Amino acid sequence: MSRENVSPAGWIEWRDGAAGGSVVLGGPWTIRQAGAIERLLDRFTPPVAERVEVDLTALEALDTAGAWLVYRTCKRLGADGREVVVTGAREEHDILLREVAGNDNPCEIEPPTENVVVRLLAEVGRETVRLGHETRNLLGFFGIVMSTVGRALVNPRRLRFTSLVYHMEQSGLNALPIIGLISFLIGVVLAYQGATQLRRFGADVFVVDLIGVSILREIGILLTAIVIAGRSGSAFTAQIGAMKVNEEVDAMRTLGLDPVEVLVVPRVLALMITLPLLGFFADIMGLMGGALMAWASLDIQPSLYLERLQQSVTFWTFWTGMIKAPFFAATIAMIGCFEGFQVSGSAESVGRLTTRAVVEAIFLVIIIDAGFSIFFAVVGV
Amino acid sequence: MSEEPIIAIRGLRTQFGSQVIHDNLDLEVRRGEVIGIVGGSGTGKSVLLRTIIGLIRPKAGEIRVFGENLAAMEATERRRFEQRWGVLFQDGALFSSLTVAQNIEVPLKEHLKLPPALSDQLAALKISMVGLAANAGPKYPSELSGGMRKRAGLARALAMDPEIVFLDEPTAGLDPIGAAAFDELIRRLQQTLGLTVFMVTHDLDSLHAICDRIAVLAEKKVLVVGDMAEMLRQDHPWIREYFHGPRARAALGEAGRAEGDD
Repeated sequence: MSRENVSPAGWIEWRDGAAGGSVVLGGPWTIRQAGAIERLLDRFTPPVAERVEVDLTALEALDTAGAWLVYRTCKRLGADGREVVVTGAREEHDILLREVAGNDNPCEIEPPTENVVVRLLAEVGRETVRLGHETRNLLGFFGIVMSTVGRALVNPRRLRFTSLVYHMEQSGLNALPIIGLISFLIGVVLAYQGATQLRRFGADVFVVDLIGVSILREIGILLTAIVIAGRSGSAFTAQIGAMKVNEEVDAMRTLGLDPVEVLVVPRVLALMITLPLLGFFADIMGLMGGALMAWASLDIQPSLYLERLQQSVTFWTFWTGMIKAPFFAATIAMIGCFEGFQVSGSAESVGRLTTRAVVEAIFLVIIIDAGFSIFFAVVGV
Repeated sequence: MSEEPIIAIRGLRTQFGSQVIHDNLDLEVRRGEVIGIVGGSGTGKSVLLRTIIGLIRPKAGEIRVFGENLAAMEATERRRFEQRWGVLFQDGALFSSLTVAQNIEVPLKEHLKLPPALSDQLAALKISMVGLAANAGPKYPSELSGGMRKRAGLARALAMDPEIVFLDEPTAGLDPIGAAAFDELIRRLQQTLGLTVFMVTHDLDSLHAICDRIAVLAEKKVLVVGDMAEMLRQDHPWIREYFHGPRARAALGEAGRAEGDD
């Protein structure tokens, strides 16, 4: 007689008997004890016998996890060619044991994983195809939006004025503080960095040229576009995506409303109107930040700063920046809305597509910016 | 000991802002019964369920589960009691980034130190017990139908071998055949595992088929608790309408009609 364990947990022991012997189970066999019992069972090696009786009289508690372990023990004993008889089971335990025995259907936990190389290749292929489709669909969407905007401009009654103003407030007015603060700080940083470099050549005063040209031509508007892509582009995707999940977009179609006209056009126009204004605001704030830092660290008086600025900045320095704003705005808004319409099924895809919208919008904004730089270099402004 | 109710609610008051949902609500649930909670839309059936399981804090009153007032407990101690019940949310509320089998293993891995092989076996066992095919195990929730998601959610609720199972509209959104099968599944598991089932439902067929007792929620409290025969005898206008309406007649069949007419 060898008892394996004497703890308040479940236990198992072997008793020799006339025709073979018996395995006696006792204590609570529940899910809380399952780990300990499993370890006991690993060490439990019953002697060879023709016939084994599994005695459950001493079992104090049994749940499905415990019943599974009992069932598995019986199966293991039987697998070596022994004859296994279960005795002393209480009625409710017997019901559980039968339930468990009837549900011995092992299953996989995770989907089968493919070979890494195969998976890599498949993934590359899938992404390429997806990118192709997406580009085509995006171009198609641009076309639809353009023609709808055109129709709305020809027939202004089709324009949702309330919605337009609402989105101008949401993505324009409400963005003023963050855009202003960021541009101001960038102006400060630029002035400080420029000053430390230019001082070595005794060209301190050129810091004003540096600030003026870089902020007006590039930084002011690019920064605004990137912040708006993160702030409003993502919001557009999430709003339209949530409506898509909620089947509101389908409801719109069945009611004879054009989702592009109702949802996309106001957002695109709102951003095309507000982004240039925000860009202008960013320019001013950036120049002010630069002025402050130039005054503080280089002792360039604001009057001198202004005078120098007027000499270095031309009409085109300002307009090469501003001209880009509506293009950036249209790109950001249309990508935001397009990805919103790509949402399908679950709320999870809203999150995924929102991320994608922001990444794509920023990427395209920079591509377009590069394109403009080349264009301006060729035409010589 | 078995005389003591497994859930006892006394003087419960819940409110959101100034909107009072329950006021002075009393309810007792007996060990081993299937209790169905019915009530019109907005009477706070799901709110009651969420209050019992501790997702919503009551403004006043006491909720004793397993004879303990869980709201007064330390968080760690309460967590131990929370493992003794399972919850099936309306659409299963499965974690979408995990497969069905992994979903079932979540509580096992979180609360118990089981050998991985055993926890895999137990997950497979639960999948089979709720009537899912073995090939549903490695699937993601998005690949399943609504009925399968509910079954998978039930399997997860049963993972820790709980004593009480809370079901929030278990048959909503299922076709009649699927709903009847789900009723039967709940009944069978309740009997084999000796569960107490607390079920919020609108489904007259479920009420009729599997509930031992029915609690009617109206006027911010539990109006009546009793079996189907008792419901049919009630005079309260809402209860009369609910249990004697055309749908109720269809669900209850001849027996219900005969009793309702006398």
